[in-house]
Amino acid sequence: MSDPASSPDAPLAARIRGVTRSFGDGGTKLLVLKGVDLDVRCGDITMLVGPSGCGKTTLISIIAGTLAADDGQLEVFGNDLRKMSKAAITRFRAHTIGFIFQQFNLIPTLNCIENASVPLLIQGCSTRLAEKKARALLEQVGLGEHAKKRPSQLSGGQQQRVAIARALVHDPRLIICDEPTAALDAKNGLLVMEIFEQVARSPERAVLIVTHDNRIFSHANRIASLDDGKVTNVHDADGSSPLPDHIANLAHG
Amino acid sequence: MLRLALKMLFGDTGKYLMLIAGLVFATFLMAQQAAVFCGLMSWTTATLKNVPAPIWVVEKQVEQVNETNPLLDTDVARVRSVDSIAWASPIYSGIQRVRLANGNFKIIQLIGIDATTLAGAPPKLQPGQGRLEDLRLPHAVIIDDLGRKRLAVEKGRPVELGDVFELNDQEARVVGIADAMMSFTGGPYVWTTYERALQYTPPQRKMLSAVIAAPRPGVSVEQAVADIERQTGLRAFTNQGFGSSDKDFNTTTVWWYIRNTGIPISFGITVVVGFIVGMAISCQTFYSFVMENMKHLGALKAMGTSNWTLCTMLTTQAFTVGFVGYGIGMLLTGLFARAALTNKQPPFYMPMSVPFAVLGVILFICSLSALIGIWRVSRLEPAMVFRG
Repeated sequence: MSDPASSPDAPLAARIRGVTRSFGDGGTKLLVLKGVDLDVRCGDITMLVGPSGCGKTTLISIIAGTLAADDGQLEVFGNDLRKMSKAAITRFRAHTIGFIFQQFNLIPTLNCIENASVPLLIQGCSTRLAEKKARALLEQVGLGEHAKKRPSQLSGGQQQRVAIARALVHDPRLIICDEPTAALDAKNGLLVMEIFEQVARSPERAVLIVTHDNRIFSHANRIASLDDGKVTNVHDADGSSPLPDHIANLAHG
Repeated sequence: MLRLALKMLFGDTGKYLMLIAGLVFATFLMAQQAAVFCGLMSWTTATLKNVPAPIWVVEKQVEQVNETNPLLDTDVARVRSVDSIAWASPIYSGIQRVRLANGNFKIIQLIGIDATTLAGAPPKLQPGQGRLEDLRLPHAVIIDDLGRKRLAVEKGRPVELGDVFELNDQEARVVGIADAMMSFTGGPYVWTTYERALQYTPPQRKMLSAVIAAPRPGVSVEQAVADIERQTGLRAFTNQGFGSSDKDFNTTTVWWYIRNTGIPISFGITVVVGFIVGMAISCQTFYSFVMENMKHLGALKAMGTSNWTLCTMLTTQAFTVGFVGYGIGMLLTGLFARAALTNKQPPFYMPMSVPFAVLGVILFICSLSALIGIWRVSRLEPAMVFRG
């Protein structure tokens, strides 16, 4: 936990209260989120950790607006997603959120610049301007010389750096990362996180990372533990709240 | 985003080529077979083109020009007696066998025309290949360009002016070579005078095949046809081209073949096969393309791409392959047409409606392919990208 946590007074990127979500019907109904409370603050890198099946992916899907909550309150930058139409949520995602996926999800037939410019194209930006900004981001993540290459010509770490450029190119206020280092080896995982922290950390931006990878916990300001559909603990890097034993063991292991 | 959609399409070379191949196949098969069918149908009316006259008069049961019942010789005079008729001439039309100098036999379409007026003579002789008036010379016949090859004694040495062959043991001397439409039976046209045609043909009680006529100035063809039918009890047709009216001999001839032969079914089945195969390849390949890109489409959706934009992307992809496939397919059809028209067979005639109809079918296939993709993408949950 090397980075100081943002001030508790920092603006909230996401405010979640009592959010529930279930899947299936009748006898097969499964309650995955059982009333989650969580604040995601601007300026922070918040990591969401917990065992498989505890609801991490469901929670970030709800925060990202790609999945609807059954109940509870959900505000992202003051917008109540539960009251917004699907089209409005889609537009909101396009302008406000950047995504980094576990499997990178780069389009194999596009080169790095084209892949990185996709969020701006979704916003309706001209190809020329989008590719100019994408090239600048690729330079920042150290891939300037590979800009014209296709994903298949890059290593896993390089592909994830392209994904980072793509997540940041439209300057989103919230970045959601799903297991960003899971498909990378230890060295590349750390390298990617260092680059990511350098380019993504900003007082106006919140970063929410779902991860199992204890090697990257040191990049977090806050670690929220999720277990059995509830947030059981939130640990601040300033030491104001304790890190649960099982997480602490992972972090120091 | 559309540029991105096209890059996604072109980048998957295998699927792109497969889609194009399916649509090229469908376009070529549908356009080529439809044009060959139309060409074959136009051949059924070749006698009407090669024996030009505004009005054809036949026995009252006759429906098509290639199957005429003989008339009485006096029927020519009866037609001439109709007030609204300017002139009327006898026509003999029948399939005969020619004996060549080397002993081979060939089938021909023999046409006998009035020696005085030469009404019903071929519309155009080839430049430097004889004079129409020479048809009045003894044993004179005019053959068409196909006859030059078919009636040749030696391969590679086409029939020349002055060459002779036998018709029913009587000499026939070529005095002219005409440009003519090929007959439905595939035999060359041979024109001679009406009287000589009767000599060339084994005798029958009635030999007059038809009477050709023209209306007086100021009288419409339709009016003249009605007058002939009313005053003679014979059947009269106009000769203005297929589709001009149901009293046109071209129209009734073509419809007779459509109703009474298996030709439209045979060609129709091939066209339907082209449609089904093209649709199956296109829809299946496009569906497979969409399924393989589902992960990326899901990511785009998660990143804020609207359903409408994704649908537009899929539609652009489907219609791009549609237009490219159609273009290549029509190009191949054009090459086929060039070869067919140069060799004068197989029959080929493409009305303007055919390329438009084929384009419509191809766009239908593309729409269906796009709809299948749209159906999948519209049901796609953007949250699926987080599930690996």
